[in-house]
Amino acid sequence: MIRNLWLRLITPIDGPLLAFSALLLLIALIAVGSASPERITAQLVNIAVALTVMRIVAQMPPQRLMHLALPAYVFGILLLIAVALFGDVSKGARRWLNLGFMRIQPSEVMKIAMPLMLAWYFQRHEAGLRLRDYVVALLLLLLPVALIARQPDLGTSILVFSAGFFVIFLAGLPWKIIIGLGVAGAAAAPFAWSLLHDYQRHRILTLFDPEKDPLGKGFHIIQSTIAIGSGGILGKGWGHGTQAQLEFIPERHTDFIFAVFSEEFGLLGNLVLLLLYALLIGRGLMIAANAATLFSRLLAGAITLIFFTYAFVNMGMVSGILPVVGVPLPFVSYGGTALVTLFLGIGILMSIHKNRMLVQK
Amino acid sequence: MEFKNPQEELELFRSRLAFAGGFVLFCFTLLFARFVWLQVIQHDYYQTRAEENRISLVPMAPNRGLIVDSKGVVLARNYSAYTLEITPSKVKNLEETIDELAKILDVQSKDRKRFHKLLVESKNFESLPIRTRLTDEEVATFIAHRYRFPGVDIKARLFRQYPFGAHASHLLGYIGRVNDRDLEKIEEREAEDNYRGTDHFGKTGLEQRYEFELHGVSGFEQVEVDSGGRAVRTLARTAPVAGNNLTLTVDAKLQEIAENAFGDRKGALVAIEPSTGGILALVAVPNYDPNLFVDGIDSQNWDMLNTSPDKPMVNRALNGAYPPGSTFKPFMALGALTLGKRRPEQTISDPGFYNFGGHIFRDDKKGGHGSVDMYKSIVHSCDTYYYMLANDMGIDNISSFMGSLGLGQRTGVDIDGESEGVLPSQAWKKKRFRKPEQQKWYAGETISIGIGQGYNAYTPIQLAQATATLANNGVMFRPHLVKHITDTRTGKQTLVEPQPIRTLPWKQEHIDVIKNAMVGVNKEGTGARAFAGAEYVSAGKTGTAQVYSLKGAEYKAGAVKKELRDHALFIAFAPADKPTIALAVLVENGGFGAQAAAPIARQVLDYYLLGKLPKAPAPADEEAVEADE
Repeated sequence: MIRNLWLRLITPIDGPLLAFSALLLLIALIAVGSASPERITAQLVNIAVALTVMRIVAQMPPQRLMHLALPAYVFGILLLIAVALFGDVSKGARRWLNLGFMRIQPSEVMKIAMPLMLAWYFQRHEAGLRLRDYVVALLLLLLPVALIARQPDLGTSILVFSAGFFVIFLAGLPWKIIIGLGVAGAAAAPFAWSLLHDYQRHRILTLFDPEKDPLGKGFHIIQSTIAIGSGGILGKGWGHGTQAQLEFIPERHTDFIFAVFSEEFGLLGNLVLLLLYALLIGRGLMIAANAATLFSRLLAGAITLIFFTYAFVNMGMVSGILPVVGVPLPFVSYGGTALVTLFLGIGILMSIHKNRMLVQK
Repeated sequence: MEFKNPQEELELFRSRLAFAGGFVLFCFTLLFARFVWLQVIQHDYYQTRAEENRISLVPMAPNRGLIVDSKGVVLARNYSAYTLEITPSKVKNLEETIDELAKILDVQSKDRKRFHKLLVESKNFESLPIRTRLTDEEVATFIAHRYRFPGVDIKARLFRQYPFGAHASHLLGYIGRVNDRDLEKIEEREAEDNYRGTDHFGKTGLEQRYEFELHGVSGFEQVEVDSGGRAVRTLARTAPVAGNNLTLTVDAKLQEIAENAFGDRKGALVAIEPSTGGILALVAVPNYDPNLFVDGIDSQNWDMLNTSPDKPMVNRALNGAYPPGSTFKPFMALGALTLGKRRPEQTISDPGFYNFGGHIFRDDKKGGHGSVDMYKSIVHSCDTYYYMLANDMGIDNISSFMGSLGLGQRTGVDIDGESEGVLPSQAWKKKRFRKPEQQKWYAGETISIGIGQGYNAYTPIQLAQATATLANNGVMFRPHLVKHITDTRTGKQTLVEPQPIRTLPWKQEHIDVIKNAMVGVNKEGTGARAFAGAEYVSAGKTGTAQVYSLKGAEYKAGAVKKELRDHALFIAFAPADKPTIALAVLVENGGFGAQAAAPIARQVLDYYLLGKLPKAPAPADEEAVEADE
């Protein structure tokens, strides 16, 4: 009886995916335990919620997800418009929607709704993809990205854009067009620059020369690079990172938690972390490669590549090779919302993996 | 696009997926390379940066060295007191905060004024005192209310204190908060690190000249700090080393007696030990209380000191230049002997005036002194004798002889900013004036130089040095205030070795003539009244320097305004046979030297030689002295 229940509970779960993400969660607990020990309990609760979501999603067949694609996308767009009109302002950005009993950040929804929508769209036009379809897909992508960028929330808009772009790319957008878009993007950069908010420009400028403004905008990057560099090969040991413990690292339990981990565990720790991400991504790409339908292939591939985007953008900004945008370190940074979104993605991957044979049979 | 079959489609997807996988690996490799760069190659650099972040060196200011007199009496010391300090950068509304503080503590308007003056001068990250010397009760009151005052704190600080108040202020000087000019001096000596915790600097006097001796070596506390700069714990501590102590040649009691002897008159007195050049007393009155400057002087006192017509901030002993009047005569006489222009017994006939090319130079005594030899010329201060002598010697001889005595040159005393004075000569006049007709030296100008008038202008310390050199038989020393410097750590004393500057080529028999005449001054001449009943043999010379040209009219002290009255001078040394003290006194607008200046000299000599003051200050008989000067 109990054995049966257990089997039913674990059936939809993919072992490797769970193992890699669980190891990442372990790193999260270690890092949060050093950066902000009082938040351990809260993070355990977040983990429990996220795993539950994963388990629920994991047993949903991909067809069900397909049906959710359009409603989720439309709902997300409506929420983003609502935020633009009635949203709460916090730290100079209008990102939150106050529902009375809770505040939600609708842009988070789009991280999953976006690839879902585009995968669904390509699946519907599977019979013969035309250039027109890619153009429509691009428009579908740019609408929410623009809404999020003007909140302003550069980090999330980058994540949503890349999520959607991965779908379009995997769907076979011709290289000519990709290169053409790249060139056009570079040409439009000066124009885009004029649209950026002052704080976003400062972030980009300080990336190139953080020492120019060591007490202002560059402080975060300088302090996190010092933390990483001073960690050396083996690190200073758990709880012994001076940059972390003496609060030189800003936002050290959220966006900059990588600096804390890297200071205390050194190059060796970083290698382990990179390896876990690589394994997780590798497993995700494998699932995508073997998925049954175009929809699930595209969705699995895009979700996997979002994990990569999170990880690369975060570690890149904390170590000073990318501008500071608000992107957490996936599975490691403290916080519930991002964790739920990530495990929603893991759940979808598991579901796709479980159903890889169904349609073909 | 044409139709694709599922297999083709899958191939395309997988190739795209493979490309994405490759891209992921590429990006992760890039990240790893970055980590290797930071954590392996640049590790040492970042390790240092992290340590610099973590460890803050908190400087600890050393105790400033003490200044003590020749007998060990403390003239400048430190005491610890609590101050209430505001860090302006941490306070939103300064005025409001001070108003609130005034409700619980006594904050007077002069405290506010001083605070605002400091605020203007300071960098805004400094904490500045709003109140100094808090009582224990006030400290307790503030601590109870501290939570209401972010950016305001109580600090224990060392304060400079000058126990003698205004006495000796012109020689001690004072310290004040470090300003930009002081910073330049600190940078010049590359002493920035040593001054990181110091907020005071010597501004004048010995405090200024010996700043780098008195300051000491800063200590440091290695403190682990968090990003907010709050100290978490102390890691290591290097104790500060107190500054070196100065032991002066000055006798504080003598100094006090000399200053008091001036009463409310203005003037200066410099007393020197002839055999070393050590200054026994250096008086410039009026003086000021240096304690006012220590925590930053309030604007009211500052204005008062600076705008007072009495100019209490001017060190008259070093910066006042006065005609020496008749105190010049013994040196003239010595010059005449040395140059062979006179023999002691050679007499002149004094009709009461000297006619030079139709211009009449009057002698002070109507009808003249009759037959005058060198002794009499000094004892009775005969002007005609010196009018003639000046003419016989010529300006260049006078100038070079007086120059050899140090007149008209900085003595090199260990206080900064000494004035040069004026030693008139043909060369000087050429340099001093622009127009050719003014640049020429007229022989008639030499005549009044002979009695210490004309262009002659010397500082009291120059006169004192010249007198000491005469007393010391021509062996000349640099006047100095510091006898030795004591290293507080090792106790090692560095003597300021008195080295003779030069020995003047005088014949002892000539010197004895002059000394003998100066003894005569105090025994039977113009100084006799002031030195009546003295228990030692002293030598002196009175002098009266004209401030105001009478143009032939007779001088009556009561008839001219006080600030136009003559300056009274007196030079002296004692005991005459083996002098241990030589001095020069100047009383601004004091009138006759015998009447105003000589009694001050008498008090100083009595105290120095006998350890007591003369019974009653000798009453001056105006008629008697007037006739003789």
